[in-house]
Amino acid sequence: MLINKDLIIVGAGPAGLAAAVEARKRGIDDILVLEREPVAGGILNQCIHDGFGLIKFNEALTGPEYARKYMDEADEMGIELITNVMVQELSSDKAVTTVSPDGIRSYQAKAVILAMGCRERTRGAICIPGTRPAGVFTAGVAQNLVNIRNVMIGKNIIILGSGDIGLIMARRLTLEGANVLAVVEKLPYSSGLQRNITQCLDDFGIPLLLSHTVTNIEGRERVTAVTISRVDEKGNTIRGTSKKYDCDTLILSVGLIPENELSLNAGIEIDHVTGGPRVDEKLQTSVPGIFACGNVLQVHDLVDYVSAEGELAAGSAAEYIGSSTADGCGSVDVGVGVNAEDKGPNGENPLSYEKISVRAGRGIRYVLPQTIRPGKAVTFSMRVVKPDREKTVCFKAGDRIIKKRKYTALNPAEMIRMDLSQNELKDVSELEVCIYED
Amino acid sequence: MKTNREMVCIVCPNGCRLNVFVDEQNRVTRVENALCRNGKTYAEDEVQCPKRSLTSTVKVKDGTHPLVSVRSSKPIPKEKLQEAVDTLRLLELTAPVDFHQVIVSDIMGTGADIVTTRQIAKAR
Repeated sequence: MLINKDLIIVGAGPAGLAAAVEARKRGIDDILVLEREPVAGGILNQCIHDGFGLIKFNEALTGPEYARKYMDEADEMGIELITNVMVQELSSDKAVTTVSPDGIRSYQAKAVILAMGCRERTRGAICIPGTRPAGVFTAGVAQNLVNIRNVMIGKNIIILGSGDIGLIMARRLTLEGANVLAVVEKLPYSSGLQRNITQCLDDFGIPLLLSHTVTNIEGRERVTAVTISRVDEKGNTIRGTSKKYDCDTLILSVGLIPENELSLNAGIEIDHVTGGPRVDEKLQTSVPGIFACGNVLQVHDLVDYVSAEGELAAGSAAEYIGSSTADGCGSVDVGVGVNAEDKGPNGENPLSYEKISVRAGRGIRYVLPQTIRPGKAVTFSMRVVKPDREKTVCFKAGDRIIKKRKYTALNPAEMIRMDLSQNELKDVSELEVCIYED
Repeated sequence: MKTNREMVCIVCPNGCRLNVFVDEQNRVTRVENALCRNGKTYAEDEVQCPKRSLTSTVKVKDGTHPLVSVRSSKPIPKEKLQEAVDTLRLLELTAPVDFHQVIVSDIMGTGADIVTTRQIAKAR
């Protein structure tokens, strides 16, 4: 039996929950949220530390508290949430197949919001040599075991990668009685927020070894030692700098990858730099009526902006559903999915104008959205290639500077967001963002 | 003797790199590079009595999950963090556990309560 829904949201983490609540506020009644875990909240449930919501709620909440705000709101609105369910397939015409202990179900949605989040890079992804003993964990798995399942993961611990989860786990494991010997970072700078280096490492005297990496893992049943070596500026290990550390556990905090298997199956175009779908200023993917938000789109450092993206995607989805219904497309809208508002600046045929592509120029690793329509206000998010001080980030259309902002410090770990007004983007036919050279 | 100290403000993700001037009585006289007023308060605390929020977990019997996450209602002196976590490790609650339930009042005489940050239902 085919079940029709106006909006299906895949994932009930911070992005999916914010999207559900916003879609309801925009008048979409028939919403279904699908969640793989037994409870909603996503990764926030295991992020028991505080510092969430400073931008959105102006208070330092813990992960579970932040999630609860949205869970309560979704609950009060009576939004349908199914947990313990996996989406098996998503098609480009927005058919969704799920499997759960209750069996297989087929849905047809008018619009879909992707909010599946991201996954961790593992030992295999970074090819650490050595034996394959127990005791090698990714940081998120370690966090889940310690914070949710009450399993202590080791006594003498090395952490590879200085991303925020690794730093947070260094503090948590120390307070729980483990001996964190060092946090090892291959790059010459940390990939975590500065405040986390202060409150998670410096507070506990945990050394941060920059320009170092793990070059060997030893142990038969369980890790018994790892070797740490210095690397040069190209990331190659330097001979004669190896040092062996006796330990029983190695934690990897070496990056996150947006989870886009479903998106690929639906034929959605993926950006090779972000690992997420290519989107326009409405967060619509290359498949009309499918939107993406949160860590499935780009890996975030602050949940506040994940929620903001969820809300933006929901607003766009609501608009899309409204126009497809008004156009009499019915519930199975397999067409191009043209919004009334999608007409060109002069009301011409929606397909007759070109979307403007936004280019990441010098010093910028990526910028989102990848395409925009002319004459709309847009919030751009981007990351820089390397840390810098006293530099200006600049939007240019050809040689014309549209907007620039000076930063005292730039850090790849910290996403930059810049708003460009409708006026600033007026008459723009190409757009590039770069670090400005005087 | 007047000194100046560099520190990273941990109040928000901006992580301002503060330049803090301290006088002979260990009082903060000036704070540079703070993007907001919280930076000055943080610097004063950091010089006189550094404080941190405490977050941890407490065991739960008969619950859907074996742990409930908890936090301090306000930051506590940094040097009491470890002892407070060690105290919490000895506790065991019985499900159901409520959201924002106070489980320890005035922990270690800091004036901060320890409250739960999620709900744990009774296991069926």
